[in-house]
Amino acid sequence: MLRSAAARPPSLVQTELNGSISLAAAGSWTAANVHELERFIEEARATCGGHRLAAVGAGGITELDTFGATLLSQLTLVSSTAGPPARIVDLEDRFVDLYAQVHRFSAVPHAPAERHNDLVVRLEALGKATVSAIHDLASLAAMLGQICVAFTRTLLRPSSFRLTSAVHHLDRVAWQAVPIILLITFLIGAIIAQQGIFHFRKFGADEYVVDMVGILVLREIGVLIVAIMVAGRSGSSYTAELGSMKMREEIDALQTMGLDPVEVLILPRVIALIIALPILTFLGSMSALYGGELVCWLYGGMAPDIFIARLKEAISITHFKVGMIKSPFMALVIGAVACAQGLKVKGSSESLGLETTASVVKAIFLVIVLDGVFAIFFASIDM
Amino acid sequence: MDTLISVRDLVVGFGQRTVLNGVSFDVRQGEIFGFVGGSGSGKSVLLRTIIGLLPVREGTIEVLGTELSQASEQARQAIQRRWGVLFQQGALFSSLTVIQNVQFPLREFLNLSPGLLDDIARVKLEMVGIKADDHNKLPSELSGGMTKRVALARSLAMDPELVFLDEPTSGLDPISAGDFDELIKTLQKTLGLTVFMITHDLETLHAVCDRIGVLADGKIVACGPMETILKSTHPWAVSYFHGRRGGALAARHLTKAE
Repeated sequence: MLRSAAARPPSLVQTELNGSISLAAAGSWTAANVHELERFIEEARATCGGHRLAAVGAGGITELDTFGATLLSQLTLVSSTAGPPARIVDLEDRFVDLYAQVHRFSAVPHAPAERHNDLVVRLEALGKATVSAIHDLASLAAMLGQICVAFTRTLLRPSSFRLTSAVHHLDRVAWQAVPIILLITFLIGAIIAQQGIFHFRKFGADEYVVDMVGILVLREIGVLIVAIMVAGRSGSSYTAELGSMKMREEIDALQTMGLDPVEVLILPRVIALIIALPILTFLGSMSALYGGELVCWLYGGMAPDIFIARLKEAISITHFKVGMIKSPFMALVIGAVACAQGLKVKGSSESLGLETTASVVKAIFLVIVLDGVFAIFFASIDM
Repeated sequence: MDTLISVRDLVVGFGQRTVLNGVSFDVRQGEIFGFVGGSGSGKSVLLRTIIGLLPVREGTIEVLGTELSQASEQARQAIQRRWGVLFQQGALFSSLTVIQNVQFPLREFLNLSPGLLDDIARVKLEMVGIKADDHNKLPSELSGGMTKRVALARSLAMDPELVFLDEPTSGLDPISAGDFDELIKTLQKTLGLTVFMITHDLETLHAVCDRIGVLADGKIVACGPMETILKSTHPWAVSYFHGRRGGALAARHLTKAE
């Protein structure tokens, strides 16, 4: 910083002589006065626009920094008439180097921003979104394929399976998730029962509440709620973990050591999830049924033994199987989406956030689509 | 000549361990002051203490005429705007482009028009040798040398009087490191900067620094221009400056001085 003792307010004085204008700059041309300086430039541009600008006297400048120098350099270009740009004269020696350095770079006219047709921009965005959706599907399919390959390889060579890692992840996604899953499914079961009693009572069909709670929980709600919870809880953490490993080149490091990141990092995570989800689904369904039973008893006045007797009539093992069969497939989808998104993370922390959000949204969406496909399938085989 | 940084009897430690034990030195206006010391000798701790990231146990640090630990929040912020810091890894904001990184402090502290904001940032980037093609890249797309240059441009964004550099040439190849030394020297001259740097790089010390402080055992064991340092008898300084790698440079320096 070339700061001299005297910090004086900046000024720019215009004098006109035979149709050409001279400017005289003085005072502190520094960041502190940048507003005033910008105004000077605007004024100069307005008044000198059509005239030839002969020279800019800078002898009065007592302080100059890169901000002032950039503006001074812009001042030489305010005249729109043909001919060479104005020269800066009388600049104090101690500022000459700084001005020359700044002028060299700031006087380069920058390319005008390209103008785009609005419709074209929207079409382009639509096209890009379509292509990226297709890419997403492809990368999910690729991830599923890689998981299958890694799984087959581990089947052929069981000793290469990372048991410790899988158990560690199982602890995190299953054991540590139990309390929250139990709580949420308990509440959902209770709410369904309460709503059922409230509405069924109007036409005296109270006891059919048990049918509704039993079938709904075992076939759909139990597995769906648990899968959505797991996608939000464990899927997001998988994406964030893998994503930050990708950012710090840890995954590249694994690869160069001759190890397959899918086998080392992804397979144990996915397997842990595939084991965890049926367990959590079972616990969740039981908890939801318990919640329903409590509400039927306390709110609907139906004794627990009646509830259980009714439940035995209403549901069969098939309903239970339908829910349980779906859960490992949902786990696979959640795991594959989470890991595929994690590997897509690029260098920035912003992209980590974006991919984590995308992972949860896509996983939940696919879980619901998968549930729909299973519903059609089970209906057509009469299950 | 004015003193920009004045450190007196500084003691810094973590828990039981004392890292800096009675460090005193001055950095004068317009000089490039280099700090050396072995790995783990507390160089980075010293830098982080001066810029206020670590607490002081004893002693005083005066930067730009203000004792920072005593200063009010406002006074401290005013001082912080008058210095720039280049972190070892660049510490660029990963979600902003190169030019946005440089614009960030300008946008926060000065109310500039968008046009001028672009112009100033472009000038700063060109000054450190980043070409227009690279202005819209993200930090993750830059090489190590470019990251350091962009980080330097960002630290210079507010036209600071004082710049702190944490190992500016570490991780660069000798040619890039040489260019970076040259750049620091040129900018120091044109912008009238005072530079406080921490470095391992013997070449940088020889080529750029006006004065050097040597940190060992939590104290400054030698301080002064290169000639003084080369005469130091402290064992660490001797093995560093006259050792396997330093010896040749020292010999060259002495012949040049004669």
